Order: sequence, then C-alpha cells, then structure tokens
Amino acid sequence: MFDALSEKLQATLSDVRQRGTLTEDDVNTAMREIRLALLEADVNFKVVKSFTARVKERALGADVLGQLNPGQQVVKIVHDELADLMGGAAAGIAFSPRPPTVILMAGLQGSGKTTATAKLARHLREQHGSSVAVAACDVYRPAAVDQLVKVGAQAGADVYEQGTDRDPVDIAGWALDRAKQEGKDVLIVDTAGRLHVDADLMDELVRIRKVVRPHAVLLVVDAMTGQDAVNVAEQFAEAVQFDGVVMTKLDGDARGGAALSVKAVTGKPILYASTGEKLDQFERFHPDRMAQRILGMGDVMSLIEKAQSQFDEKEAKDLERRLRKGEFTFEDFLSQLRMMRRMGPLQSLLGMIPGFAGSQLRNLKVDERELDRVQAIILSMTPEERRRPELINGSRRLRIAKGSGTSVQQVNQLIKQFGQMRKLMQQVGRGRMPDIGALMRQAGR
Amino acid sequence: MARDWRDLFITGDGPGAAAPDPDPEPERKRRGFFRRLRENLAKTRQALGAEIQATLFEGDLDAETWERLEEALIMADVGAATTARVVGQLEQEAEAGGLEGGEALTRRLTELLAELARTGDDRIDLRHDPTVILMVGVNGTGKTTTLGKIAWHLRNELGRTVMIGAADTFRAAATEQLEGWAKRAGVPIVTGPEGSDPGAVAWDAIVQGRAQGCDVILVDTAGRLHTQDDLMAELAKIRRVIAKQMPDAPHETLLTVDATTGQNGLRQARLFAEAVQVDGIVLTKLDGTAKGGIALAIAGELGIPVKLIGVGEALEDLRPFDADDFAKALLSV
Repeated sequence: MFDALSEKLQATLSDVRQRGTLTEDDVNTAMREIRLALLEADVNFKVVKSFTARVKERALGADVLGQLNPGQQVVKIVHDELADLMGGAAAGIAFSPRPPTVILMAGLQGSGKTTATAKLARHLREQHGSSVAVAACDVYRPAAVDQLVKVGAQAGADVYEQGTDRDPVDIAGWALDRAKQEGKDVLIVDTAGRLHVDADLMDELVRIRKVVRPHAVLLVVDAMTGQDAVNVAEQFAEAVQFDGVVMTKLDGDARGGAALSVKAVTGKPILYASTGEKLDQFERFHPDRMAQRILGMGDVMSLIEKAQSQFDEKEAKDLERRLRKGEFTFEDFLSQLRMMRRMGPLQSLLGMIPGFAGSQLRNLKVDERELDRVQAIILSMTPEERRRPELINGSRRLRIAKGSGTSVQQVNQLIKQFGQMRKLMQQVGRGRMPDIGALMRQAGR
Repeated sequence: MARDWRDLFITGDGPGAAAPDPDPEPERKRRGFFRRLRENLAKTRQALGAEIQATLFEGDLDAETWERLEEALIMADVGAATTARVVGQLEQEAEAGGLEGGEALTRRLTELLAELARTGDDRIDLRHDPTVILMVGVNGTGKTTTLGKIAWHLRNELGRTVMIGAADTFRAAATEQLEGWAKRAGVPIVTGPEGSDPGAVAWDAIVQGRAQGCDVILVDTAGRLHTQDDLMAELAKIRRVIAKQMPDAPHETLLTVDATTGQNGLRQARLFAEAVQVDGIVLTKLDGTAKGGIALAIAGELGIPVKLIGVGEALEDLRPFDADDFAKALLSV
C-alpha cells in the first residue's frame, strides 16, 4: 500500500544511516526528502509541514546527537511520529447493547460506499456472527438500489429497499423499524454519494442521522484522494460527526497519504481497509502496522494472520510426518498449493515481506496462470497417479496433457520438479543439509 | 470564454454550419440553447471559482512569495515536479525583468499554466463513419455518467445518431444504470448478461451500430484499477476486438479522472495509456473543492490533453475543457 513511500524513505535514510553522526545539514536534507515523499504520497501540505517540523525537532534533540547510531534514531523517530499520526492500536465498531447497532455510511460519489456497505455487512456477519440488514437510501444514482440488492445478497445481508420514489430520510426510518421488528443485530444504512459543499444533500444526511441515530457514522474515503481529503473530512466531520473512516481502493498503488491527512485533521481513526474487488477483501485497518510498512519494515503481522486463518494444525502435523518419510504425494502438493492461494494473490503476499518494497524484486511479476496450469495437470491425474507418480508412463502423460490442456513437456517438467522436491524434503527430514547449489543449477536448466 | 460543444467536436459539417436540427421550431430551440449556455457558463465560473487569490504576489518578491506559490499549486494537486517546473520558470522570468507587479505576474503565471494544460489535439474528430469512442477509467471516476451525458449532447445538441455499448458487465447493476442514461438521451443500447464477455458486447454494439447507420458508437467499460494486470489486459482485448471490426477504431479513447485524485492520477494515466492509448482526459467532479491539478501534471508529463470537465450532476454540467479558465481556477481561493 505505502510501498512507494517506504522506498523513498529508505533511500533517504539509508544515507543518513551509514554516517556516524548527524549534522543539522543532514537533518535538513533528510527532512526535505521526507517532505517531498509525503507530498508525492498526497499527504496534505499542512500536515506534512507540521509533521516534518516535529520530526526535525526531535531529530536535532540531544537524544540523537552523540548517539552511537543517529541514522537509526531518525528512522525510529519518523516511525514513531507516523504511528502517532495514524493513531494507536486498531479500533473497531462498538456494538450497542440494545440491537440493532446502526451504522451510517457517508462519502463522496465514487468513493465506494455501496461496495463498502456490502463488504462491512459480510465482515460483521463472518467475524461476529451478526445478522445484518442493509438499507438502500441512495435514490439518486441510477441503479444504485439494484447494485445494493445484488451485492447485499452476495454478502448474506437482508436488503431493505423501497425503490427510488420515496424520500431517503423516510426510507431510513422505515428500515430502522423493520430491523427492530426482525431482530437484526446490525443495520447498515447506505446513502447517496454527495459533495461536502452540496448544502441540500449534506442537510439530507444530517436528517437521516437524526432519524436513525446511528451508533457509528463511517466516512468512506478513496485511498487515491489528493490534497482535498482534508476539506472533505472537515466538512463531513462538521455535518455528521463521523466516528471512523473506511479507506477504499487500497489494492492500487496509491500511496494513501489521505489516510494520514484525514486522521491528522479530524482525529478520527481509520477503522477498515478495502483491498480488492471481491467482497471478502476487507479488513480491520492497522495503523501501527501501517507505520512499519511505510518505513519498509514489511507487514509481517498481516502475513502471519493470513497464514494462520488458512492453517489446520492437525493436517500440518500429518503432512510433516509424511514429509519425513518421503511420502509426500501430488495430493499433498495440491492441498498446499490451494492453501497458499486461499491467502490471496501471491503478488499481494509478496508485498508484505520486509525489504521487498525497496528491493529489485518489487518488479517481479507472479504469473498466477502458471499455478493454474500446475493445478490443472495434477487434477488431470487419477487419485492413484497422484499417490504414486512413478506410475505415470508415456501414454498416461499424454492423457494428462490432453486432459489439462497442456503439453507433454509441461507434464514432464512438473513430474521432474516434483521428484526433486520430494528428494530435497526427505533429506531435510533426515537432518541432512541438501546440496542447494546443485539443486539450483538443476532447476535453472 | 469557455468553449462550446461545437468547438469540441470536429464534425465535417463545414465551418459555421449548424448541426442538423431535428426540432421543428429551430428559433425557440436556439433561444433555449443560448439561455442554457449562459447558465452553464455561470455555473462553470462558479464551479471553477474565477477569483484568483489576491494575496499571491503581495509584498516583495522573495523566497516567501515563491514558497506561497508552491503551496498554492501543491494544494491544488499539481504535484511537486510540475510545481517546481512552473514556479522555476516564473522566477527566472521575473529575475530577467519585464514582469512588474502582482498583476503582470499573475497574468504570466496563468499563461504558463494554461500553456501546460494545452497539449496535443484537444478536440474529438467525429468524421469517421461511424466514430467509435471508448470510455475507460478507475472505479468510481464517473465513466458511465460521463458516457450517458456525451450521448445526450451528441443526440440532442449535435443531432447525431448514437449507439451505446454497455461493456461494463462486471459491476452489479452497471447495465441498468446505463440503460437509464440511454433512455434519457433517446438512443439505442446494446447490453450483455452480467459477467459476460465485455469484448462480445463491444463487438455487438459496433455490428448493430453500423447496421443501423449510427454516426457515433459509445462503448462503456468496467472501472478497473490500473494495477490489475489481468483487467488491463482485458481492456486491451476490448480495444483489439473493436479494431477487428474497424481497423482504425476506437477513434477516441477517453480516460475519466476524478478531480479529487492526487498524484496517483499520473500513474493511472500512464498505465491506461500504455494499455489502450488514451487520447483525452475527462476531468470529473470539479464542482467540489478539489482543483484537479493532477490534470496539469498529466498534460505536462504525458502530453494527454483534457477534453471535457464535469462540474455537476445535471446533463449540462459536462462541459468542454477550457485551458484558460482551468488555469485561473487552479489559483483561486
């Protein structure tokens, strides 16, 4: 998410890091670079100014000069200040003791409110087992109600809609009554996108807020927003006193400086991050991790969490035992492959690895289709063949190639690589270090 | 003076010739047109806020002045690189002499900004038979709305026959949204089932548009992030499918950019241009407080001109782009 920014800061600070002591000139150079990087990242001009001033003050303080490694001190200061700016530990939505908990969604046109509404519904249903209803109060954008009906159903939420002829304030009130009657845990009210300078529509939002008396008002902000994020956030804060922010489109390459700006000017936390087109690509926002990520420390926590959610301990122990005995089969390989791919696109996993952002590797493209091919080849084998690859002779190879839409050469290659991998694992299992060099040379051929 | 729709399009009707007017009462319609134009201009001015910050060049020309100017441009999302370029040029000219006083400096500055914005051919050639226009852009930037409004203007102001291809088969209810626009503009539309191949819809739209002898075919596509390689490849495929029907089509590929977008807009434009060769930018949502300065960076660095701006929800709020107005608005309060 903040890859490009972390890259720049790394470049700037690696220079400072190599030096023994820090002069005022050094600090000024670093600050200029940090300022430029933050501006390029769309952090608001005024936020950048106060941020670099704070960092500079601390960097020039006695705790840096004369220290053994001042460069690292600066990294730490920048990191701490960034984390400060983005808020403390991840917050969530507070549920009302008397359901339904009402959540009101607000934001500019095109920021992704309707999609975020459905994603949040799904998230609350999955994480908390809540029964969720969503109310369609965007009566202006053509087909907005249809869209919510569709994605809401996909998210497993009841969609409360009354078409586009009624006043959205009335629809909101009606939806609240219905949610109470039907004993819903959560009601999420989707509203039309509106400009913060549109007095009529902002007033309508205020009236919806009065009618449904939400426990949380969420502002949906596009991660690509520029300097204007500050104006938008201030105006919405004044009108509807939102409690938190949902950042959308964080799967792009926008540096997302708007996240810093909004937090800095309104003091409201970023609660959720929307990271893809699919309904499950939605997660709690972690400001502390984000600060580490800005500084190129990688997002290891997210990676571990993702792995854990897909991990079955019993299965893993079983696998380990078979690995040691050299009983690793194509079936095991397939289930490993599937588990890994359930964690998300490989490209996004790579981005979480520390040091990856700044290294040459960031241009590495993972070809997911290659994995599709591997999967297809294995699926075209009989269960017997998957357990005993040595059975696979020439005519079987031809059949597998035809069945998977690949060539015999590709099948050959996979079987050969699998054999090497099995050998390698057996060696590791017996406690012998394999000859990695020889294997690499083989694989390269 | 902002440009008119008839300045934006190259129609082949000959200079000064009015568009074929289907209205039986041309006189009343023309009066209506001028009234609407006046209102539009007022709205554009209001939206673009023609008041330039008076304090920009107050006092002596010193480091603080240039810093203030830099701040103004950066706050307008022009970006650090383009800002440095413009401010550097002005500073140089001021030092060389000849620019005396705030008024001259302001005038020269807006000139520099307008020059930067004025790049390439900022018109749309409608002389192909039919002309195929492809709309592309990131999610939520206003592609479908823009396309609907272009259809309306082509049909109702220029009297062109139009066909719409709803090749956004991905977003739930996108087709329904476009069908609403087609009805409003009074033009036919080709759709496909949700989740179907967008290339097939584009193909059908062109086949049917040609069969019906349409002048212009507008093809909408699903919003996509420029970082999604597979979706960008899909877009390139849609373009190839269109070219198979008509070798020189699409004749115009328009990228919608949300005016609130920051520096990422430059990446968007670069990657979309690599995938489908973008001919022009539609800068949407200029009616908020965002200045859309990223369009200046796109024009300056990639040479892609802005052709249309969106200043509101109404049909008339889609307007041809005017570089001078835009330059002034960038510096306004």
